[in-house]
Amino acid sequence: MLLHKWLTSFGRYIMLMGRVFSRPERMRMFLKQYVTEMTQLGINSIGIVLIISFFIGAVICIQMKLNIQSPWMPRWVAGYTTREILLLEFSSSIMCLILAGKVGSNIASELGTMRVTQQIDALEIMGINSASYLILPKIIGMLTIMPFLVIFSSATGIIGAYGTAYLGHIITPDDLTQGLQHAFIPWFVWMSIIKSQFFAFIISSVPAFCGYTVEGGSVNVGKASTDAVVTSSVLILFSDVFLTQLLS
Amino acid sequence: MIEVKHLYKSFGDKEVLKDINTVFEDGKTNLIIGRSGSGKTVLMKNLVGLFIPTKGEILYDGRNFVNMSKHEKVMMRREMGMIFQSAALFDSMTVLENVMFPLDMFSSMTLRERIHRAKECLDRVNLSGADEKFPGEISGGMQKRVAIARAIALNPKYLFCDEPNSGLDPKTSLVIDDLLHSITQEYNMTTIINTHDMNSVMGIGENIIFIYEGNKEWQGVSSEVMGSTNAKLTDFIFASDLLKNMRKIVMDNGLQL
Repeated sequence: MLLHKWLTSFGRYIMLMGRVFSRPERMRMFLKQYVTEMTQLGINSIGIVLIISFFIGAVICIQMKLNIQSPWMPRWVAGYTTREILLLEFSSSIMCLILAGKVGSNIASELGTMRVTQQIDALEIMGINSASYLILPKIIGMLTIMPFLVIFSSATGIIGAYGTAYLGHIITPDDLTQGLQHAFIPWFVWMSIIKSQFFAFIISSVPAFCGYTVEGGSVNVGKASTDAVVTSSVLILFSDVFLTQLLS
Repeated sequence: MIEVKHLYKSFGDKEVLKDINTVFEDGKTNLIIGRSGSGKTVLMKNLVGLFIPTKGEILYDGRNFVNMSKHEKVMMRREMGMIFQSAALFDSMTVLENVMFPLDMFSSMTLRERIHRAKECLDRVNLSGADEKFPGEISGGMQKRVAIARAIALNPKYLFCDEPNSGLDPKTSLVIDDLLHSITQEYNMTTIINTHDMNSVMGIGENIIFIYEGNKEWQGVSSEVMGSTNAKLTDFIFASDLLKNMRKIVMDNGLQL
């Protein structure tokens, strides 16, 4: 029964994506929506990404220094591990998990409310492909802005780590710099960005599906919002395992 | 003109519409009336293509809407305007942007022309001062008028209204009724209104279809309602004691409404 329900939902999701990825009726309107969504979903998320990344960067550095470092290890090891954690997992996967909460609930509740207040029906009556008009700019907007968020997150995390060096005197700035520069592999940056593109698709398309297919009233909109966050978070974690294996 | 021929609609085992046959004429306000759950909204959703009929034909000036391809249906819908019960305005857009929306999507007008046309439509519904307001900042009656302005922006041939007076006071309802009636004549549209409002029935009902438990029970004009001998219709129209007594006085004295 559960499998049947899951397969039905998956089939409906694929069918919806089929409608979403069709040529926009008016390119001018699509571009307008695209810029709006990029601002609403991406640029408005920069603040929270920077705050979280700064503090997580600082905390990782402190934890590494206090718990990992020993007299048998080089002094730069805390800086090195901080960089690797930020680049490989935090700035792509964990940051996307956070965004799944913020952006996912936003998309699901917006589309769900549009559905129950007949705004989506109004678009359909006008002869507009509502799925493409509403969802495609969100997906493309998130895919566009996500690499920037990943880069900002990594950079701010490193600034947070320097904060512990300059303000907290946990580690010397020289040791931290040496660690951050040690055995740097540029591919890890690309890996982070590639992973984040998959996660951006999940964060925008899954909540859009949950919101677009709402039936009923406000209670169901709330439920769709919760389902959107839970489902996209699980899918991010699940796909992270495969992507990490595939890209490493 | 819209012709409905032998229309059936079922949801699972439940047959909601049963062999509906009717004609909605051009330049007239066609009213669909009936009790809640009688199938009025289902009939309208079939007409606009939000539901697919189980059986039957819907002919728009001779073109069968049911058999049309997806693309043909999309093109057909551009000839339709619809006013929803909840107005269904886009709440992220201002009043002016809402009215401009169909023009932005489908017209080849310049920005200046689109703004001019949207303002013209807002003027037509007496809402010229509310351009920059958002739907959440205006009253229910004003929202309905914006919805009418949006629906007529592209000069549709067919206008559908799902309970346009729901949630409005009697006076505002009369304003909306008058507006729909005059716009129908002005644009020579085929207007179909789903309603419970007896003021609408008596005031603007040029062609009234009474749906009872999924069947077309009665069809006529507002002047015929009073003298109708159909028990189900009179029971529905004159549901309150006040209306029953009024009807009795009118009938006993040979008066006209």
